[in-house]
Parts: sequence; C-alpha cells; structure tokens
Amino acid sequence: MTHEPFSPATATLFGMPAWVLFALIPFVGLACFAWIIARRAVPLRRGAPDPRFERVPERILLVVKIWLAQWRQPRYMLAGVLHIVVFFGFLILAARSMQMVVLGFVPGFVLPGLGGALGAVYNVVKDLAATAVLVAVVILAVRRAYFRPARYAVPEKLGKDHTPEALFVLGLIGTLMVSESLFEGAVLAAEGAPAHSATPLTLTWTFQQALAGVPVSTLKGINLAAYVVHDLTFFFFLCLLPFGKHFHVITSIFNVFFMRLRPGNVKPVAHGVPDAQLDGLKSLGVKTFEDFTWKHMLDFYSCVDCGRCSDRCPANHVKRPLSPRFISIKARDLCFQRYPIFGKPATDAVPLIGGIYSEDEIWSCTTCGACEEECPVGIEYIDKIVDLRRGMVDEGTVPQSIQKPLSALEKRGNPWGKLEKKRASWTEGVGEGVTVKLVETGATAETLYFVDSITSYDDRMQKLARATARILTKAGVDFAIIGKDEKDSGHDVRRFGEEMLFQTLKDHNTEAIKASTARRIVVNDPHALNALRNDYADVPPVEHISEVIARGVGSGALKLEPLSDSSRTYTFHDPCYLGRHNGAYDAPRQAIDGIPGIRRVEMEGNCRDRSFCCGGGGLMLFHEPEEEQRMGVVRVQQAKAAGADVIVTACPFCLTNIEDAIKVAGLEGRMQALDLVELVDGQLQS
Amino acid sequence: MEILVCVKRVPDSAENEISVGPGGADIVRDDLVYSVNEWDNYAVEEAIQIVEREGGSVTVVSACDSEAEEIVRREMAMGANQGLLLTDAAFTGSDGLGIATILKAAALKGKYDLVLTGAQADDGAAQVGGMLAALLDWPYASVVNKIETNVGASLRIGREIEGGNHEISEIDLPCVLSIQTGINEPRYVGIRGIRKVASVEIPVMDSEALGMAKGAVGATGAKVRRVDYFVPQLGAGAEMIQGSTEDVAGKLLDLLKAKGGIK
Amino acid sequence: MDAKVFVLITHKDGKADDSARELVTAAQALFPGCTPDAVVAGSGIDAVCGEVAAGFGEVWKFDQEALAYPNAELLRPLLAKVLPPGATLLLPHNTFGLDLGPGLSVKLGVTYVPDVVGVQGMEGTTLKVVRQEHAGQVSAHVHCDVARGAVITVRAGVFKPAEDGAAAGKILDRSADAAGLTARRRFVELIQAEAGDVDITREDVLVSVGRGIGDKENIAIVEDLARAMGAALSCSRPLVDAKWLDKAHQVGTSGKTVRPKVYLALGISGSFQHMGGIKGSPFLIAVNKNPKAPIFQAATVGVVADLMELVPVLTEKIRKSR
Repeated sequence: MTHEPFSPATATLFGMPAWVLFALIPFVGLACFAWIIARRAVPLRRGAPDPRFERVPERILLVVKIWLAQWRQPRYMLAGVLHIVVFFGFLILAARSMQMVVLGFVPGFVLPGLGGALGAVYNVVKDLAATAVLVAVVILAVRRAYFRPARYAVPEKLGKDHTPEALFVLGLIGTLMVSESLFEGAVLAAEGAPAHSATPLTLTWTFQQALAGVPVSTLKGINLAAYVVHDLTFFFFLCLLPFGKHFHVITSIFNVFFMRLRPGNVKPVAHGVPDAQLDGLKSLGVKTFEDFTWKHMLDFYSCVDCGRCSDRCPANHVKRPLSPRFISIKARDLCFQRYPIFGKPATDAVPLIGGIYSEDEIWSCTTCGACEEECPVGIEYIDKIVDLRRGMVDEGTVPQSIQKPLSALEKRGNPWGKLEKKRASWTEGVGEGVTVKLVETGATAETLYFVDSITSYDDRMQKLARATARILTKAGVDFAIIGKDEKDSGHDVRRFGEEMLFQTLKDHNTEAIKASTARRIVVNDPHALNALRNDYADVPPVEHISEVIARGVGSGALKLEPLSDSSRTYTFHDPCYLGRHNGAYDAPRQAIDGIPGIRRVEMEGNCRDRSFCCGGGGLMLFHEPEEEQRMGVVRVQQAKAAGADVIVTACPFCLTNIEDAIKVAGLEGRMQALDLVELVDGQLQS
Repeated sequence: MEILVCVKRVPDSAENEISVGPGGADIVRDDLVYSVNEWDNYAVEEAIQIVEREGGSVTVVSACDSEAEEIVRREMAMGANQGLLLTDAAFTGSDGLGIATILKAAALKGKYDLVLTGAQADDGAAQVGGMLAALLDWPYASVVNKIETNVGASLRIGREIEGGNHEISEIDLPCVLSIQTGINEPRYVGIRGIRKVASVEIPVMDSEALGMAKGAVGATGAKVRRVDYFVPQLGAGAEMIQGSTEDVAGKLLDLLKAKGGIK
Repeated sequence: MDAKVFVLITHKDGKADDSARELVTAAQALFPGCTPDAVVAGSGIDAVCGEVAAGFGEVWKFDQEALAYPNAELLRPLLAKVLPPGATLLLPHNTFGLDLGPGLSVKLGVTYVPDVVGVQGMEGTTLKVVRQEHAGQVSAHVHCDVARGAVITVRAGVFKPAEDGAAAGKILDRSADAAGLTARRRFVELIQAEAGDVDITREDVLVSVGRGIGDKENIAIVEDLARAMGAALSCSRPLVDAKWLDKAHQVGTSGKTVRPKVYLALGISGSFQHMGGIKGSPFLIAVNKNPKAPIFQAATVGVVADLMELVPVLTEKIRKSR
C-alpha cells in the first residue's frame, strides 16, 4: 500500500480519537485472554505428573507431520481437506491479523519484512487464503446444518446437540474473513483501479468491484465499520476459544508435541513411582478428575469434537455404552465446571465412575487403538481407560465375569484355571521330526517360543502351537519353550487394571525368560508380542512368527506349495496388537503372498491401521458387555463384502472371535477362518 | 449389627481336577489351589454390605483348619473388620456336628446379632449352619438369597427354593442364615488388598479359650467318619450308543431315568 | 436295627412328591426288612395320606392350618416332640430337607447323614453309605454311628420309586400334637419364578442346545424335550449371539457356570469355551452329527445322530413312560 486515503488510526469515533479505542480493545482482549489461559492452567497444575519432555527431535517431527502437515486429516477426505484449507488459512492470515490490530493505532503499519516484494506476494496469498477459508466455512456450515454427518450426533442423554456451537464458530470465522476483505476492499476501491487491484475473484477483489464508484467518505465509513467488526470479532473469538472445542486452535500444537511416542505400552500407575513402591501408594488409578495427568487434562481441552475416534471405535459401532469422543467431552465439561473462569475451583473429590462415566462404559473398551490412530490432535484414550480401570480394581468394583479369570490367573497363571503341569501338553502329537525343547527339563536354545495361555490350553488354539513349532523347525530355528513354568504374559491383566497381578506375572516370566538364556523370543500371539516388547523390560527382542515366515519366504528357506484348491479368495484381518500397536502390516501379507497363486484381497477402508477389532482378546473373552451385535460379526461381514471366503488372521483371540462370528452370521460352510501359521504349515514343502 | 461369618478353606473345585490318591486315603493335594469356599465368600460380602448400611462390624471365623489364616485374611482384605481362628489339636477329625459345636462356643463368646454361613461347602453336606442354629437355639433359614434389614427386631429374607421360586419369610433376630450364591456381587480382592492386611493380627482360640471340654469334639466325638475316597468306574471318552433311532431313544431313556435326568 | 424308621413325606398341591416312593426304597436299602412309617404334615392332607399309605406301616397325620405352608422352623420342634427316641428319619435331600435336617438331628440328639447316593449296608450300629464330595468329582465311603438314631437325607433319583403292592398302612391322626405351634420364622409369601426366570446354575438337569439345531424354529423341539424331562433349557454361545435365546441360558466361560448332575448336549461341538462352563462331572450325554466333535471326548455317553430325528422320538418315549 503506497498511500492511504483513510485509516482507522486517524479516524474519530463518538467524538474521540478512534486509535484510543483500537489500542484499548487489544489490550483488554489480550488481558482477558491471558487471564482465561491462566485459569485454564489451574487444573493442569493439580494433575498428576507426566514426563513428556524427552526425545525432543522426535516430538518436533511429530508436530511437523501431524500438526503442521495435518497428516491425519485426509483420512476423512472431505472434512479433512476443508479443515486443511481453514488451518493453512489461519496460519497464513496470522500475519495479516497482527497487522490489522496495529493498524488501529498506527496508520499504515506494515509488519517488518513484509514491505516491498515479499509484502506484495503476501497480499496475493492472503487474499486467496481468506477467500478459500470463507468458501470452506460455507461448505462446512452447510454440511453441519443440513447434511449432518452421523459422527457429530449427540445421543440424547448426553445433552444438547453441538451443531449450534459449531455454526456459531463458523459464523465468527466467516465474519473475520468478510470483515478483513471488506476493510481491504474499501481501501482499494478508494485508491482506484487498476494500479491497486486485488487478485481477481478473491473476496477482496469482489468487494473492491462492488464498492467501485462509492464516494470516499462512505468508503471511509465502511472501512472503519469493517475494522471495528474485525477487531471486536477477533478478540471475542480469541477469548472464546478456551471455552469449547475450539480451544484446540491453541492447544493442538502442544498436545501433538506431548503426544505418545511409544505405541503399544501402557503408562505406569504413577510416573516417578517405581513398580516396587506401588504397594506404598494410598490409591491406584484414576478415581477423581484430579487423578488424571496434566497431559490427559490437556487432551480433554484439545478434543475437537470431530467424532472420528467414535466413528472408528468398534465398541461404539456395536452400540456398547462407550464413545471415546464423549470420554473427552464429558471430562472437559466437568473440568470447566470444577474450574470456572470466575470463582473458586472445586475442592471436593467427586468420583468419575458413577458420575460422568459408567462402569460398563469403561469396561467396554477392547484397547484396539483405533481411536488413537485416528485422532488429528494426538489424544490418548487407552491409558485413560486403563487408569480408570485401575481405580475400579482398587475399589473392588470388578464385574463378576472378570473376577473368576483374574483369580485363576493369580492361582494358576492362566485365566481358565487349568493345571500348570498341562501347559506344555500341546507338544504331544506335534509331528514327526519336530522336537519341542523344554526349558524346564534343562534344555537351552537361541530362541524362546513364548506360547502364552490361550495357545497352550485352548484345544483349538493348540493346533496353532503345533503349527508354529513345525514352521520354526522347518525354518531352521533352534527354539525351546519354557513349559509349565511359563505363566500368562499378563498383557490383558494389565489393561483390565489389575496392575499388581500383572507385575507378579511379569516378574515371574522375566525370571523364567532369563533362565532360558535365549537371545531372541518368538511368539504367535500378538498380545504376548506386545507385552514382551512394550510392557516388559530386560527381556530379549521379540518377533512375531509372521516376521519369521516372511523372512523365510523371502530368503527361500521356507518353500511353500501352491494351494490344492486355488478357487478361494483370501483376506487378511490385521490383529490390533500386531498391526496398529506394533506396525507389522507387511510381514503377514508377505507371508501369505509367499504361497504361489494365492488370491488375496484387502478389506478396503478397513485394513491395516483401519482394521476393525475382532472383539478383543485376553480377559475380554470372559466379559460380556451389552451390545447389539458382536464385533466379530461386523468383521466377517466386511470380509464377505470384500469378496473373501477365507479370513486369515495371526492372533488366537482373533481366530476365536471370528470363528464364532462365522457361525453367528450364518456363514458356516461358506466362510472359513484360518490362522497364518495353519495356512503356512499346510503349504510347507515336506 | 454385629455379624459373625463362618468360613471354610476348600480346594477350589473350579480350578482343580480332584483325583483320588493311592489307596483312597485322601485326594491328591499336590497341585491343589485353595480358596475361601465360594458360598462363604458371598456371605462375607453380604455381611459387609449390611454393616455398610446399618453400622456394626463383621467378624470372620474359621474352625479346625490350621491353614485357614490365609482365607480369613483375604476376607479381611475384602472388608471384614475382625478375624478369628479356632484351632486345637483336639479339634482334628471333627465331623459336622463337632465343627458346629466349636463355632457355637465362639459365637457365645461375642455378642452377635446374626451368624452367617455359606449354604454348602466342598463336601456338599450343607449341615453346619443348621446345626449351629439348633445348638444356639436360634431360628434358622437356609439358602437365603436376599436379606432386608429394616424390619425392627427381625429380618425379611428370601429363600431360593425349587423351580426358581422365592420364599419370603420374616425371621427373628438373633438368627443363623446360610447364604446361597448369587445373593450379591462380591467385590474384587486383588493382590494389593491382601498385602494391605498382611500384618493385621488374627487372634487364635483353642478349646481352653473357648471353654470346651477336650474330647467333646474331634475324632473321638465324631459320629460320621469318611473312610476313603474312590472314583466310580468310568471309561475314557464317551461310551457310544448305536442302533436305530428307536433303540437309541430307548437306551437314552433308561440312562436318564437311572441318573435322575427325568424329574 | 429295631428302632423305628420314619419317612417324611413332602407334598405339593395335594400330591406327594416323587421322593416319597423313592424314600421307601431307600429305607429298605438302608435298613433291610424294616417297615417304615410315614410322617405327613400340612393342611388338608387326607388325599396325600391316602396316596402314600401303601408301603408304610403307619401314616402319622399332622393336619393343622399353621402347617399349610411347609416351614421347617415349625416342623422341627414338632418332630423333635413326636419322634420316639432312637428313631431314624429319612428326608429328601432338597431345599426343604436341608432346611429341616441338620437342626433336627441336633434337637433329637442323633447322627446326621446328608446326601446319601449309595448304600453299603449296616454293620452293628454303623451305617455304611456312599457320598460325593468336591462337586461330584469324587465319591467317599462314609461310616456313621447310628446307635442313637439318625436323620438321613437321600439324593433324588438314586433309589427307584417303590412299586405299589404292599398293604396300605394305617393312617393315624395325630393332628392334636401339632396344635399351637409357633416359630421364630414366619412364612410371608411365595414369589413364583417367571417362565423366563430360570437360573440354569441351580439346575440339576440341563438340556443344552447348540448350533446343530440349525434354525430358531427348531428350538421348540428341544424345549419340548426339556419340558418332558422336567429339566431346564440351556445353550451354547452362538444361539445367544444370534438372539434365539437370551443370555440367561448361556453355558460357557463367558456365560454361566453350571453344575448339573445330568447334562444333555444336543448339537453342541464341545468347544473349550463352552465346556469351561460345566463344572463337576455331570453325566453328559452328547448328540451330534459329527463323529469327530470334541464333545465326545468329554461326554459320558455319545450318540452320532441327527438331533432333529432323535429328539422327538426321545420326547415321545419319556412322555409315555410317565
């Protein structure tokens, strides 16, 4: 801008120099904002500790990928693209907004560095951005008001619909765009075209055209009015942000910076309290709001209310009482209530279970991780659910259905209460030329095959153990199993909140693993994989059998015969604890594709990190939440829709659930479920 | 209310395969895990819930078993206020009446309004509660599955009888009730809870402390004596029945009748 | 043994329970050569007394309105009063017998012998019987000193009902002895279970149906069988998932744990999850089309057959036999 026909800084308002007002508004606005932020920080200071300051370079990379590059947004394409537009629009317009504020009391202000050529480029970019944002906002508003995507719906018992709030904020954003462009358009119209023209077809350009020929005094008035609207709206919006889901505008960058780096593991009961000292704690788990860590409270602030987590949540899909989105929203609202901007924070200890959360709600989660995979701002759910369960276990409110297997795990080291001495009885009949060495008889080996409970005791799953043993033998792996001294890995004991029992099992197994002198562990059970890799410390590196097979297939060590019946179509169901939690999507596929001529399809939209949980493993097999349908049935129907007649999976719990589901879905005889090791074992060249 | 709950340490039949040892003298105990008798656990939970409502305290007592301390402690971890162990060499070999006699002596040492037992235990006799009530000369009700306490000097109770029917009665206090499973949902007791009560003192009373004459109970006083264990002959795997549908149905009918399958 | 043997007759709606006839046989087995007497207590019990008279020496009738509903707390002092010293009383081992028996043995000062499932015989004043322990997993030989008399409860179905034929016993009206009875436990009301209210964990006999039933409509055939047997219906998980039966019927690790004496598994494969819900060692009859079904490993008796063909024939036979 070379010369200015008028400026808000030199205007008069109500007989006063307007710049006073325009200096006051930002001052008051920023002061209010600072006050609100300080109040919002109060509960975080009361929250439990949570060390999130390590591995800073990785954290910065996450911020660049997930926050700046909006990596997860396009998973929901339409909303994702629109959000990216609005997000980048906000980033681009940040400079312009700052300039706007100062223009109110410094006429002709230009941000340092944005004079000259760079400024000219910026002007073009900012006009395009503002226009794009407005278009996006209109589309978003129509989408919310008219098309009403299902994931935004609010169940009746959880309160009023959030659409009015959403539309209000979209309106504010639109107002900012319009008022800024009008402000600019008025100036350009006064200066006259064509020397100073906005980029064609932008909002500014539109206003410039519309206002051509309007007298300068009127333009001055319009310019001033637009400025007032923009200034007030800007600071109103800024101060509004911390009161609802738009708090994420401020908190998201921090939330992503502090998000989970290690997948698969569960937070310790209390950061900074070593396992050996847990007995000394007065209370375990999260029972009241203040038991949450500060990062979890930040999560509640950051929830965008987008509903993507609940949309992908399998428990929510089958109408269990759990909706992850509302875990966040209800807690956020409780936090706002207990820590108001004006007035004293609450000091009473109000239990969460029986308050904002119900017991069934928290027991419904299968810890599949779909929610965390989806969340665009890095909110964590599994740790919160586990902490809430820890609290319930500490209080003794555990469903009867889970008490029996927990008691059996404590006494017998497996949830069915089967005799310890029968843990290795699956080795009988494993096949000619295959010996399964037992550590309990003094054998040692390079590799330890950690079988875990279901594969050891369930007669259907014992076939998987035998197949795994045969595959390992064929692949030339020198392996042994622990035998009767092996106890349940405790993976789901931990995730159901019985941390002390988990510690006991972990300590016992760690000793047994050390005693085996193995340097490497192999498992067929992804829950065991996750426990040994991510929950245990001081044990050798763990691999899943699919990785061994993939390697063997790749190197030629494992030669697989073509199928005798090549008419069937196979699909792979990614187990949650192999795929999402441990990133092993490719190895099982390579293993399957190692069978010449096999026809394999993907369950598009529901594979890899979007795999739909089979229903859950470990203790979830014993628990019976209220639901309208079994998750396994949903999965089987997805397989059928993809054109498959064989579902291959790589987890004994998935196999159990899917085989049951095939019966329930009435597809017996038309759909088969098979474990990867069974499939490969069947095709091993003799 | 002051409540005394009688508990027994039993092999956990859910988690054990019970087999007979050589000569039938005893069952094989090497691999057994023990826990509090399931029915007794429901009784303790019920007592704790009553005391949470009405005030008072819950005392858990176990007789004749020197290893019962672990289960009494577990019930205290669950929420019982006191524990009590009744052991004496002279108690060994007591039959059901003997045990009831020992428990009676303990019950009279306190001032209890209510005594609870489990409806039955591992030997399926379901006798101690009824005997104890008769020895104390207190009213009795068995297989109680509901207790209401707000009825003055009585309780309103539900008993579970055949056909799933509920028999509602009023019973005067003090009384003895044997508790049926399913009356409530016992709270969970984890390792942590048990560690918390690990060093709480549990008093032990012998026959002298109970004011009982030696020889009143124990093997000498027992009228019922188990001589040995055995397992009736069974083949491995199923005995397969062949024949025409008529024949098979006929054979099944005979088997069902013989085994009490036709009611 | 010279002392008198008595049988307590339990009855409902004017008819004696099945246990009455079984206890006659039990009395003969326990005390060969004895002629037991019957004790009948209740209100308006002439028909019952008449019905059971055959096979007993005497029938002692205690007809009082206060006894209309069987209350063990009323019956116990009555029996303690009227039974002669050294008497032995047989009771059915059911909720009533268990309520009455133990305390009665104390009041009478006699030995209590519960849940007899077999008899070895008398040796002097020692009665040798067979009992079960640990949810039926093991049996035990038990010796009981019955010199002073006994109260004995007998398990249902162990002894065959005695056939009619013996001369009818004399009915003695001793109702006056039962006048003015009071108890510190008073019956209030009976709440009937609703049809759907079955608690399979309590049932002694279960007819269990699995995926082999094929279709929801076919379940009716099995319900029919259960009715004919007087048994309860249960099922495996897939039927509950398919919503053909509700969860209360499900047997399994994620359903109910049952401890029946007899378990009829129809069209059930015998998966680990299902079998995990069956405790004790019930007499397990398995019917399955697949000879390789795992259930045949766990079953006592097995039939490879189409349950759709077998079940109606079996139901018919049971009905005819009643």
